[in-house]
Amino acid sequence: MSDPATTPATPEAVFGKEAVAAAFANHAAITGLEAFIVDAKWDRQELTLTVAPENIVAACKAAQASGYNFFEDCTAVDWYPSEPRFQVTYHLLSHRLKERIRLIARVHGDDPVIESITSVWPAANFYEREVFDLFGVRFTGHPRLTRIMMPDNWNGHPLRKDYPVEGYR
Amino acid sequence: MSPTDLLEKPEGAVEPNREPMHGRNTQISGATLTGFIPAEDLIIPDVKDVVEESASGRAPEGSDPVSDKTMVLNMGPQHPSTHGVLRLVIEIDGETVVSLAPDIGYLHTGIEKTCEAKFYNQVTPLTDRIDYLCPMTNNTAYALAVEKLLQLEIPEKAQWMRVLFNELTRIQSHLVWLGTHAMDIGALTVFLYCFREREELLRIFEAVSGQRMMTSYVRIGGVALEPPVGLFKKIRAFLEDFPSKIEQYEGLLQNNPIWIGRLKGIGYLTAEQAVALGVTGPPLRASGVDFDLRRDMPYSSYEKFQFNVPVATEGDVWARYIVRMQEMRESVKICLQALDGMPEGRIVAHAPKILVPDREQMKTQMESLIHHFKIVTEGFQVPAGEAMSAVEAPHGQMNYYVVSDGTAKPQRVHVRNADFCTLQALETMCKGQLIADVVAVIGSIDIVLGAIDR
Repeated sequence: MSDPATTPATPEAVFGKEAVAAAFANHAAITGLEAFIVDAKWDRQELTLTVAPENIVAACKAAQASGYNFFEDCTAVDWYPSEPRFQVTYHLLSHRLKERIRLIARVHGDDPVIESITSVWPAANFYEREVFDLFGVRFTGHPRLTRIMMPDNWNGHPLRKDYPVEGYR
Repeated sequence: MSPTDLLEKPEGAVEPNREPMHGRNTQISGATLTGFIPAEDLIIPDVKDVVEESASGRAPEGSDPVSDKTMVLNMGPQHPSTHGVLRLVIEIDGETVVSLAPDIGYLHTGIEKTCEAKFYNQVTPLTDRIDYLCPMTNNTAYALAVEKLLQLEIPEKAQWMRVLFNELTRIQSHLVWLGTHAMDIGALTVFLYCFREREELLRIFEAVSGQRMMTSYVRIGGVALEPPVGLFKKIRAFLEDFPSKIEQYEGLLQNNPIWIGRLKGIGYLTAEQAVALGVTGPPLRASGVDFDLRRDMPYSSYEKFQFNVPVATEGDVWARYIVRMQEMRESVKICLQALDGMPEGRIVAHAPKILVPDREQMKTQMESLIHHFKIVTEGFQVPAGEAMSAVEAPHGQMNYYVVSDGTAKPQRVHVRNADFCTLQALETMCKGQLIADVVAVIGSIDIVLGAIDR
C-alpha cells in the first residue's frame, strides 16, 4: 500500500466499491481505474478490483498508466454451477510502487468470451492460451488462440469443475 | 478493414469443442489477428506459422531460390540441452534463426486439477513435483498463500528456517544450472564439480526432511521438523568452503576464450522487452531491471537480512551468468546470517484445530488426539477468499494463487512459474542468432519443463 508512515494503519478488510474508495483515497490503482471499477475489496492485505469484461483492455491500459507496469499472470476460477461461472483473474505488479493489484472480470458460462490483453502486455499470450485450453474461455483479439497444453483434438477443458478428476473420457 | 473491426468479431478463435482439430498444431483457428498488436515482434509465432512461412518461401523475385529459402528444424522434444521435454520449431536461414516457436505440453502433470481434489495440507507434497530443483521454494510459496488465507501468525524461528533453506535451495538450483549450462557449451568438468557440491546440499536436505529432492519441508504453519543436532555445523562448514568452490568454477570459465566467445553478445533482451514479456528473476536483473522480491516486497522476514541484489545491464547470456554467480555468493551471506541469528522457539504456529498437534500433547491430551484425527481424515476448513503469495525462486518470481470456497479443499490453486513466462521471451532472444547459440540461450534462462506444464 502507500507509505505506512504517512497513512493510518490499513484496515483489516473492506468490501464494496465506495468503502474501498473511501479507505484508499490516494491509491494509484483506485484513482487510475475509477471509471472501470464495478466492485472492489480489500481483503488479507490484497486489493481486488472487479471490472466488466468488455472494459478489461481499457482497465489494463489505465493500470499500466498508473504505474502497474508488470503483468504477472492471468488465470480463471470456475464457480460452477453458479453464474457468472468464470472469474478471469489478472495479477498486476508495479516495480516502482512495489505493490500488486488483482483485476477480476466475471464471464458467463454459456458463451465465455473476453477481450485479450496481449496488446497491452505480450506476456499474456501464453497465459490466455492456457486459460482457453484448460477452461474454454475465449479471448477475442488474441494473435493465436490455440491449445497450448492439450492436443488440438482434445475434447473438453480439463480445469472446468464438471470435468472429472479421475477416469478416462 | 480497420483493427477495430477485427476486435468485434468473436469468432477470432474457434472453440475446439465445436470444431475438433486433428493433429498437434497442424491447423490454426480463425484469422490471425496480428495487425493491431503494437509490439508485433514480441508475439510468439505458432508452430504452424513457422512451418507455413518457411514452405511458402521467403525468397524475393529474382533471387536464388536455393540459397535464399529458409528451412524448418525441429529441436527436441528430447534435445539434451532442453532439460526436459520441449520441442522448439526453428526456422533457419543457413545457420541463422529467422523465427522460433516453442511447443509445450508433453508432461501433463495435471497438478492444478489434482490440487482441487486434495485437502490443503495434502497439496504440499504435490508442490515439490512442480519444480524439482527448488522444492523448498515451492513449499514456501504455497504455505505463504494458505497462511494468508488462514491469517495465521508464523513463529520467527520457522520463518528463519524458511529463509535458510530457501537460500540453500537457490544455491542448489544454480549449481544444476551452471553445471548443465557449461555442459551444453562443452565444459564437462564444471558439471562434475557442480554436482559434487550439490550432493552435499542434498545430504543436508535429507538430514532435515528425510528426502533429497521432494522435501515437503516447509509446511502450512511452519516447517516440518526440528533440525537434527549438528546440522547447522555441517551447513556452516559447507558455506565457509563454498565461496572457494565458486572461484574454482570461475577459474575454469571466466577467462576461458570458448566460454566468453559463446556467451558474450548472445541472446539480447532489453529491459523493456523483459518487462513486456513477463521475464522475472536473474534474466530480468541481467537486463538491468533492479527488482528482487526478497528486498522489495519481503516475505518470511527477509527484511531482517543484509544482502545485495546483483544487477547487470548487458542483457545477454554472459550477464545472466554473472548475475547468477553473484547470487550464489549473496545466498551464502544470507545463510550465514540465518545461522548466526537463528531465534529460539517453536517451529510451528500454535493452532491446534488447523495444524497437527505436537506428538507429546497427543500422548497426554484427548483433545489433541481428536484434532489430529480430524485434521488427517477431514482436513481443515479455510475461510472463503483468495490469496496470492509471491516468492523469489531461483528461476524467477513464483506465485501461488489459492482460492478458497470455505471448505477443506481448495477451489483453485494456480501456479505462476517464472519459466513459463521466460519461455515466451525465447524467440526475442534467439532471433538473428546462430542455431548453436539457441542452446546457449536455453541454458541461460534455466528452464525446468516440469514447471511449465500443468
